[in-house]
Amino acid sequence: MNSNKTLKRLYRELPLHLMLLPPVILVLVFSYGPMAGIVIAFQDFVPANGWFNSPWIGLDNFKYVLDFPDVRQVLWNTFFIAVLKIAAGTVCPIILALSLNEVKKTLFKRGIQTIVYLPHFMSWVLLAGILIDILSPSGGIINNMLQALGMQPIYFLGDGAWFRATLIISNVWKEVGFDTIVYLAAIVSIDRTQYESAVLDGAGYTRQMWHITLPGIRGIIILLMLLNIGSILNAGFDQIFNLYSPQVYDSADILDTFVYRIGMEEMQYGVATAVGLFKSIVSFVLITLSYYLAYKVVNYRIF
Amino acid sequence: MVEEAPLGRKLFVAVNSAVLILLSFACLFPIVHIAALSMSSQAAAGAGLVTLWPRDFTWMSYRYILENAAFFTSFGVTLERVALGGTLSLVMVLLAAYPLSKDVRKLRSRSVYAWFFMFTTIFGGGLIPSFMVVKSLGLMDSIWALVLPTAVPVFNILLMLNFFRQIPEELEEAAFMDGAGHLRTLWSVYLPVSTPSLATNGLLILILHWNSWFDGMIYMNDVDNYPLQTYIQSIIVSSDLTNLRPDELKEINAISDKTVKAAQIFVSMLPIMAIYPFLQKYFIGGMLLGSVKG
Repeated sequence: MNSNKTLKRLYRELPLHLMLLPPVILVLVFSYGPMAGIVIAFQDFVPANGWFNSPWIGLDNFKYVLDFPDVRQVLWNTFFIAVLKIAAGTVCPIILALSLNEVKKTLFKRGIQTIVYLPHFMSWVLLAGILIDILSPSGGIINNMLQALGMQPIYFLGDGAWFRATLIISNVWKEVGFDTIVYLAAIVSIDRTQYESAVLDGAGYTRQMWHITLPGIRGIIILLMLLNIGSILNAGFDQIFNLYSPQVYDSADILDTFVYRIGMEEMQYGVATAVGLFKSIVSFVLITLSYYLAYKVVNYRIF
Repeated sequence: MVEEAPLGRKLFVAVNSAVLILLSFACLFPIVHIAALSMSSQAAAGAGLVTLWPRDFTWMSYRYILENAAFFTSFGVTLERVALGGTLSLVMVLLAAYPLSKDVRKLRSRSVYAWFFMFTTIFGGGLIPSFMVVKSLGLMDSIWALVLPTAVPVFNILLMLNFFRQIPEELEEAAFMDGAGHLRTLWSVYLPVSTPSLATNGLLILILHWNSWFDGMIYMNDVDNYPLQTYIQSIIVSSDLTNLRPDELKEINAISDKTVKAAQIFVSMLPIMAIYPFLQKYFIGGMLLGSVKG
């Protein structure tokens, strides 16, 4: 009786399972396949021998990496750049959203929004091409202006400290507009009557912002901050790879660029996979933690 | 409370508007600058005379691009990947989002599937194993290497399924009464009412494919198979001159093809700007529907 019921249910559900089959197969091959390929991290991997015949060497790849002189610096760079980006990427959009919220002329507001969203949709390849040109120490437009003011040219992309600053600022420039969307939506959903009664109580614009608008978007601010915990090892491969050069490896070489160089350029597959695995595991733990906290603190569910 | 007085408020509004205008200028400046460079003479560009308007106006750089086969070949590869990859991804999004939008009563293993997809967004094999999978499948130098690994965009599935969930169940029940199956219901009941979400996801996937460069760099050995962004990356970013000393630079600048590079960058930006109005119309709303509701 019971198995009959199960059979009936499966028959009824069959079309849905069949629909899911193509995406499931693709994900199995191209997402779960590489997860199985992680075994390379524990092998002295030789492509000619394949995954099954390369010798197992335990944790030797990890030990080898830890002896690398640069690896601590790479870890620190990754963490440092990512944290600065998260901090700037949290504060700036909130300020911009509050500022846009004070604009009462709809047309002007929409015009500004249209323009500041635009850079988000451009690739770092194109933006890096532009940045390299305008930041060049000889003939770049920024340095031309500095020199016109009687200052020395700055090696924005050739000097470690300036390079990091350039990373953070250009990232804010690309994403700040787009990141305000969520905050603006949260502001719009604040109950209008709160403002009306505040005006009756004699509260000015500043106090309305401080006591109504900001508390009104506190939930979404906390949520986004929590979800950012997961990207503490994502310093932005696309941006850094397209802007950096050996001169600034000291201050801007991150885990992802490091993995690319030792894996794809030096062909040390086992070692590169080991470093990648380290990153994946730490990120996995952090993302899980952030989802858990987001669920506990603001009752957020992914789906 | 001085800042609350009408005068203080006026001052604030003025400063606020000025700052916003300045920010928009900063966002537009690089694009306008690159456009101006591309239409200037090499001499003027090399001497750093170009800011926001072309100097010694000329179409020279564009004429050069027209004769440059490599640019067009890569443009073609990108069009191919956008068409093929965009269609495939959108179909996969629909095939996954429709069943997942159903209630557990209709699909018992719903959450198993959901976690199967979600898990790939929080854990991955990393660069080398992914590369090895594509390589061992014999996809190197094939358009499928640019299309298949990204064919199931989980984020878009989430957006789509959250949209599907808002469609009243009665519509589906009516379709089933008329004898329609799931595929038919998806096609003739769900799709017609899902234009905003379809457009949003379609545009997102399109832009993702247009902007991708890294897969082209690692999976394509032959330059003829490079998509546009990979080609641009190889000619502009890799031959980075920023770190030469000024004296070395002067020499190279003399034979600078700054304007040609600028023209190629600008042309690569044009399609994004062309679909931008549609993005504005659908994206912001569609995006919020999926993300904020969660």
